[in-house]
Amino acid sequence: MKRIVHHALFWPAVTLALLLVASSLSNASFLSLSWRDGHLFGSVIDILNRAAPLMVVSLGMTLVIAVRGLDISVGAVVAISAAVAALMIGGSFSATGEVHSDYPLWLALSAALAVAAACGLWNGLLVVKAGMQPIVATLILMVAGRGIAQLLTGGQIITVYYPPFFQLGNGFLLGLPVALWIAGGLWLALHLLLSRTALGLFVRSIGGNPEAARVAGVRSSAITLCVYTFCGFAAGVAGLIVSSNVKSADANNAGQLLELDAILAVTLGGTALTGGRFQLAGTVIGALIIQTLTSMIYSLGVPPEVNLVVKAALVFAVMLLQSAEFRGVVARVARGGSAA
Amino acid sequence: MTDGASIVLKARDIARAFPGVQALAGVELTLRAGEVHALMGQNGAGKSTLIKVLTGVYAPDAGSIELLGKPVTPESPIHAQELGISAVHQESHLLPNLSVAENICAGRYPRRPWKRGGGIDWPETERRARELLAGLGIELDVAQLAGGLPAALQQLATVARAVATDARVLILDEPTSSLDAEEVKALFALIRRLRDKGVAILFVTHFLDQVYEICDRMTVLRNGKFVGEYVCGKLDARGLVAAMVGREVAVAERSATPASAAAGEHAPVLAANNLSRRGQLKPVDIELRHGEVLGLAGLLGSGRTELARLLFALDKRDSGDIRIDGQAAKLDDPADALKLGLGFCPEDRKHSGIVAELSVRENIALALQARMGLGKFLTLTEQRQIAEKLVAALGVKTASIETPIGQLSGGNQQKVIIARWLATHPRLLILDEPTRGIDVAAKQELMQEILGLARGGTAVLFISAEIEEVVRVSDRIMVLRDRAKAGELPPGADEDAVYSMIAQADPGHHLAPPAGS
Repeated sequence: MKRIVHHALFWPAVTLALLLVASSLSNASFLSLSWRDGHLFGSVIDILNRAAPLMVVSLGMTLVIAVRGLDISVGAVVAISAAVAALMIGGSFSATGEVHSDYPLWLALSAALAVAAACGLWNGLLVVKAGMQPIVATLILMVAGRGIAQLLTGGQIITVYYPPFFQLGNGFLLGLPVALWIAGGLWLALHLLLSRTALGLFVRSIGGNPEAARVAGVRSSAITLCVYTFCGFAAGVAGLIVSSNVKSADANNAGQLLELDAILAVTLGGTALTGGRFQLAGTVIGALIIQTLTSMIYSLGVPPEVNLVVKAALVFAVMLLQSAEFRGVVARVARGGSAA
Repeated sequence: MTDGASIVLKARDIARAFPGVQALAGVELTLRAGEVHALMGQNGAGKSTLIKVLTGVYAPDAGSIELLGKPVTPESPIHAQELGISAVHQESHLLPNLSVAENICAGRYPRRPWKRGGGIDWPETERRARELLAGLGIELDVAQLAGGLPAALQQLATVARAVATDARVLILDEPTSSLDAEEVKALFALIRRLRDKGVAILFVTHFLDQVYEICDRMTVLRNGKFVGEYVCGKLDARGLVAAMVGREVAVAERSATPASAAAGEHAPVLAANNLSRRGQLKPVDIELRHGEVLGLAGLLGSGRTELARLLFALDKRDSGDIRIDGQAAKLDDPADALKLGLGFCPEDRKHSGIVAELSVRENIALALQARMGLGKFLTLTEQRQIAEKLVAALGVKTASIETPIGQLSGGNQQKVIIARWLATHPRLLILDEPTRGIDVAAKQELMQEILGLARGGTAVLFISAEIEEVVRVSDRIMVLRDRAKAGELPPGADEDAVYSMIAQADPGHHLAPPAGS
């Protein structure tokens, strides 16, 4: 029992469970699942599908934070990736009524991901080679990136007409959303990479004590560079899912404030913002907590004007629940109460 | 002092446990007015924990503390200070950007009356600080910024600050570890003046000679338990070490014929020509052979650490070719050095040695894994085997190899860092102050280990501020002075020879001082 309570994922999991219970109390059909059109259907599936982009971005963010960094440009990179993909796929109707993409789908997707990874590499170079503070280095791309996306799209919302692309954000595979498979696959790949190779040890040593890692011969710069590049790549994947989901690219709004949700998801999942210890599975749970909160607010019918205030209040409550200090105070008060 | 001296502080039957470790059990401590009392023990014996209990950092699990006959329970360092128990820690903690007077009165600045506008009375602050320092016989300009003072004066000012609150008990935790002989003398003069004023002083150090110089009594701890209280005159150094260790200690001696004798025909493991870095080291030549311990001696700031860092490519060199086994080597960053079979135990363990939150096993595996790269992964089983073997070989005291290294005592952390490099089977191991802050027995074990390494064919560059240690383990000794090579001493040179070379008293070297100093 004690081992379960002290497991790093215990409190994130408890938080998520409480939110799910609260949701099902306010909406009796919340937890019900049914089979429709050859796939699972229900609020929970909807949450999993919508949470996928955030999960993907947050996984990249987890590693960046683990090496004592921060990437606040991920939202802008989502927009860039979405814009590149939408522009290259586009779609036009042929005489027979069939839709063709402007470039082959694989090429468009690869190009979008390559551009996103290049954005990550740029961030990494600023941090590692130019020695900038991560928050300042990535602030540059946060501002400039959205500008680049707008430049690409000419300030317009680019609509995509090519149906195969829609599968990423709307399709189902074996009864579950494709987006969820992508996020799950990425998590599994990262998990294996970090636990079955030395990468996990290197990342934790760089985050724990960068100077000691360097003295021990760890190639900290190269690894940090890779981590930022991967974070950009992950934001690119999220951009593809988002633009596929809405069948268009909106340079102004795609991925807006996603960087903050991602940092929140990482924190909720139990990764220390000071670097070193990280929890990939915790991050996934953190992303689910945020999406469940958002869905809950909608389903409760909270008016849009107070939406953000309600969300802030809920996030505050969640953070309190996860704070060991706060739980200690509560426990002391409870003990003191029973003693008196 | 006599047995009749009045008892100021009496701690009885103190116990304190941490997860997996009983840090203190049944510990007794009696401090008397006007006496200097030494607290002795190896690393991990419980000295720091006892001090933290006395100063209210930790609450004891059991036991009582009496101050002037009244039971007290210090709840925090500030509370302890209010009770009259002050402590000065290893590195002085003055705020560098404040003046000496501001530092001394920090937290209890004299106020001006409200009628005159309130606020802090700065002239009064300076007056009080001057008065305190004068009373202690310390000559110091109180308006000067503390950060600009030499380490020794900072240390004196810290002691002054500690006793400014009318301390009845003053705890000095390794106050001399970063001071040179002259500075120690000044500190001891201050300690004696405080003693004569009736302050009870608890003195913690690893330097046995200092204990005998200044202390009246001592309390010895071993593995968290009370071994005994002794009058200094009645227990000699040998007996003291035996009490601390629990057995007699063998003294490491270098073998009469170094293992390098047979290595003459090989190219040196490492040869560097003209190695320099602006502002840190003037051009130096250095050569290390298989199985040889090269001692590097010199005063603080003579360029010892700088030379080591250049060899391991932690800093970029401005000039110099480095040859490994006779081959010109690409050596531009620590990862290159690791690939070439070099190892480096840094001087500053906390900042550049340990990764505190990682386990002992992970800390040991780190360098070996870094050399193997990402492609090949040491499995958990392999990591465990390596860690278990080295922990046993070096006698690291840890609850398990999965314990975070940050929870180990300083000496044990040092052993783990050495284990990290032994795991890579280095051909050259650079040890920068490996014995700093670790106890007598651990020092002996470490030096045995170094000699054992050299016998196995590893070249060792041994850097230490303690000349006696350098002389004891080294085959050859290189002396640095003013960031340049002062000279080299052959096998068999004694401490005096090293000192005279450092002091430039050797006439042969006197005539040829390093250029451009």
